[in-house]
Amino acid sequence: MKAPEFTYERPTEISEALAIIAQDAHEKAFLAGGQSLLPMMNFRLAAPKTLIDLGGLKDLKEIVAVEDGLRIGATVTYSELGASALVSEFSQVFDSVLPHIAHSAIRNRGTIGGSVALADPAAEMPAVLIALGASVELASQRGTRFVPADEFFHGLYLTERSDDELVLSVFIPNSSRSLSTGFYELARRHGDYAIAGVCISDDSRPSGSFNAPKVVLFGVSDRPLRAKSVEESLVGVARNDTRKIRSASEALSDLVFDSDLHNSQDTKQRLASVCVRRALEAM
Amino acid sequence: MTGVKFDFDKPTKLIGQPEARLDAKRLLHGRGRFVDDIQLPRMLHAYFIRSPIAHGKIVSINTSGAMDADGVVNVFTGKDLENVVEPYVGVLSHLAGLRSPPQAPVAIDCVKWQGEPVAVVLAHSRAQAEDAAELIEIEYDELPAVVDMEKALDESCPLIHAGYDSNLAWQRTVDVGDVSSAFSNPDNFVVKKRFKFGRHTGVTLEPRTSIAEYDPSDDQLTVWYSGQAPHMMQFIFAKHLGLLEENVRVISQDVGGSFGIKVHTYGDEVAVAAIAKLLGRPIKFTADRYESFMSDIHARDHVVDARMAISASGQIVGLEFDDVTGIGPYSMYPRTSAIEANQVLNLTGAPYVIPNYRATSKVVFQNKNLMCQYRAVGHPIAMAICDCLLEEAAAHIQMDPVEVRRINLMADNSYPRTSASGMKLDELSHQAALNKLIEMMDYNSLRADQLEQRKDGVFRGIGFVSMVEVTNPSPMFYGIGGAPIASQDGATVRLDAGGGIHVSSSVTEQGQGTNAILAQIVADVLGVDLARVKVTTGDTKTTPYGGGTWASRGAGIGGEAALLAANALKEQILDAASVILQAKPSELDIKNGQVVDAKTFVEKMNLSDLARTVYYRGNELPDEAKPELVATRHYRVTDAPFVFTNGAMAAHVEVDIETGFVKVLDFWAVEDCGRVINPLLVDEQIRGGVVQGIGGALYEECLYSDEGQLLNTSLADYLVPMASEMPDIHVAHIETPTKSSVLGAKGAGEAGTGGAPAAVMNAVNDALRHLGVTIYQMPMTPERILSALAETKTDN
Repeated sequence: MKAPEFTYERPTEISEALAIIAQDAHEKAFLAGGQSLLPMMNFRLAAPKTLIDLGGLKDLKEIVAVEDGLRIGATVTYSELGASALVSEFSQVFDSVLPHIAHSAIRNRGTIGGSVALADPAAEMPAVLIALGASVELASQRGTRFVPADEFFHGLYLTERSDDELVLSVFIPNSSRSLSTGFYELARRHGDYAIAGVCISDDSRPSGSFNAPKVVLFGVSDRPLRAKSVEESLVGVARNDTRKIRSASEALSDLVFDSDLHNSQDTKQRLASVCVRRALEAM
Repeated sequence: MTGVKFDFDKPTKLIGQPEARLDAKRLLHGRGRFVDDIQLPRMLHAYFIRSPIAHGKIVSINTSGAMDADGVVNVFTGKDLENVVEPYVGVLSHLAGLRSPPQAPVAIDCVKWQGEPVAVVLAHSRAQAEDAAELIEIEYDELPAVVDMEKALDESCPLIHAGYDSNLAWQRTVDVGDVSSAFSNPDNFVVKKRFKFGRHTGVTLEPRTSIAEYDPSDDQLTVWYSGQAPHMMQFIFAKHLGLLEENVRVISQDVGGSFGIKVHTYGDEVAVAAIAKLLGRPIKFTADRYESFMSDIHARDHVVDARMAISASGQIVGLEFDDVTGIGPYSMYPRTSAIEANQVLNLTGAPYVIPNYRATSKVVFQNKNLMCQYRAVGHPIAMAICDCLLEEAAAHIQMDPVEVRRINLMADNSYPRTSASGMKLDELSHQAALNKLIEMMDYNSLRADQLEQRKDGVFRGIGFVSMVEVTNPSPMFYGIGGAPIASQDGATVRLDAGGGIHVSSSVTEQGQGTNAILAQIVADVLGVDLARVKVTTGDTKTTPYGGGTWASRGAGIGGEAALLAANALKEQILDAASVILQAKPSELDIKNGQVVDAKTFVEKMNLSDLARTVYYRGNELPDEAKPELVATRHYRVTDAPFVFTNGAMAAHVEVDIETGFVKVLDFWAVEDCGRVINPLLVDEQIRGGVVQGIGGALYEECLYSDEGQLLNTSLADYLVPMASEMPDIHVAHIETPTKSSVLGAKGAGEAGTGGAPAAVMNAVNDALRHLGVTIYQMPMTPERILSALAETKTDN
């Protein structure tokens, strides 16, 4: 479990990083917190010839409130996210989610941009960003673009990001301030990847019933899954109507669940349903 | 045990005191010296290429690309080592009929499990060796793999070993009383269950690591070895590499956990020693976590069909089971892979009066990693079979699980006696342990809470186990069968000129605190400050000859040897003092490092003055005085094959029937390990053991594909119990010192691991039984619990 040989670059400007990745991008990888990439290299599941350390890029470490939302730099760590009053003020969901992401030592190094770029289907952050209507800011020498989180995750470790693009930030729109959110996950041990989990948002706070909920499952497929049938069934349902919430949370048959080492597809679906209901009931 | 009188209640006693262990500070300062910390000049790193398939012929190995790679010094295949290493066979004569073919450290023609070493790359760094390994081309001709142990004996099943008529390695039946009538008597209730126990493994914090260095100028092999039994390994390296035993030195000092994983002969270590001999330079091998999962021995893996007959008044009338266990393609050398099955046969039902007992175990070969002895060998299976059937039976006759135990546990005043299987039992305290347990857990309140919670859809359960543990083994365990394994241990205790005491012992330190308790015993006997006692263990060149650490023997056997040696040194000291002080030895004693008047405690001379007189100024002594200030004593258990301990444990769990998740809310353990030498260390042994037991009950399992591929080879996929999920573990003791030694200590290292799984299984079933659901498969994963619940729904 030793990584194959690689060269190491540590740019101090974003333009420099983009210039390095512009050539032979498929043989290079950006290094943020290294909490997934480095173990994958040690297992020889990833073998980039060049690692481009983002640690020297100060702009990527900032959390900034801008006119239309909150811009969270790609190399902001989970610990920094948890310590930011700005982030908590934008959405309480982060305070609910962060304690479930691995352990302190990993949260001290793991970054929001790394989680997004890697797109591990069991990770919490992609589902959270979809639920909040966030987008991902990507830059390359070809230009900068924003991709809605809902369109960003394509499959197991597959995203909309091109090899030569750097995740600059995650953008959370002002609209997320008024969302109520729910979160629930089932992990065998605290800090493990969830065997099923869900992040839910809705702007129904004034009416007392679900209005336009987004229900995003994670850990049950090769990417975060929007549970559209659940969402549709919930529209207009009173938040305290436990009977209807229960029945809505079982509307998962339109989705394809993946099994994992310990759980069959049926178990995954069943546990996802429990997560949805428990998250809804707590909203 | 006679000959030595000892006062355990003196005001200055250290035995029994919660002394902080002396090496804790060193380890916490990061000053531990583990094998991987050692760097030797000219040292090379070994990387093993392991079979990617479970069964196949090796057609060809092309190493030329690797030989040319950066940093590579050599590559060895099985054929290259064939004439260097004498093959080994994991059988023992007292396990009659056990068979296993000769094994080579690196596969020669055929691979028989995924993970078996096929070639070794030697390079200047581990990374270079791993790079080069990717350049080695190996062609296999894949053969059908025997994966499912339940099918391994089918006539249609392929045979793993040429020349064997079946895949059976060993079988044994114990048949006592008249089991058939017990079950056919219509007055008795019969419960019958199929138990499944998953494969799991030890997951030591420090992986298996060794460095072998060979000096051809004096034919000397030195092996730094993270392991448990240095003298056993000395024999093995010598025998299989053609060296004299005295020319092999095995050093096992700081070890980061063993749990039985590190008491076996792995091809990796043997190959590394052989290559060190061939190349004449030091070779280091450090297993990484991936290869630890694939090559450290696995354990358990049993399917047991069991039934119990119980009378209407709650008396166990009969117990019967058929066990099958899969051990991989070979029986592990030299302890064999039949001991676990043998323990299951010997230990099942041992706490209870069971008049009729019949049990058969079949040990089969399969194309998976080898299975062998791991902490609490056989115990979790044995305890679960009997105690889970007992609670099931009690439920059928609507009897409380505590009451049914009181009826059936052997009476505390009924020893010595034998168990159902014929094991000699003595000095056990099952009834007292159970009583203490019930008291400490506030049983009645828990039962009331259970009913109350159930109204709100919260399903809690309480489960028990009454258990025995095999400790302090005599030669009847291994030596009798021809194994190079000492059951006796020795200690040398020496007074140095400065007044300090040096202890050298053949039991070993695995991180569990052996060195600390040896110091505590010796300081207590000699009346010196604990900080003045220094301990050396784990070096075949400098310690007495002995067995090392396994089967919970360090304190009971190693501790007794230390006590006897310290006592002998004390006599020597008092003899010398009597000459110098012109007094009778019986009028003198030692307190606080001073020779004192035995009656008045008036200080006469400190130990340093005495030692300096003896060592430097012998001219002051009469010529006929020839004082010795060093004594060695050895000790072995002679009264019985093993010294059994007993315990009673209880688990309190909550089962989420929507998710199948089990939360262990609390755990209680009352253990009788005889005299407690250091309650801090004993309690942590119990707790650590309980955690490993909970791991087996709820989390840990080596998962294989149908093709024999191990699927979970990282700590993300193989779930070890973590602190967040662990309950408070409340520990209490009953002390029934064994009369087989002066010290009276029995082992404590395996009780938790042996007992906890049954208690947790009983608790889960206690939570679910009222729903018509039970589960008898470990680990009890959420999916398995959900399946059990779903089956009930379908049945209804």
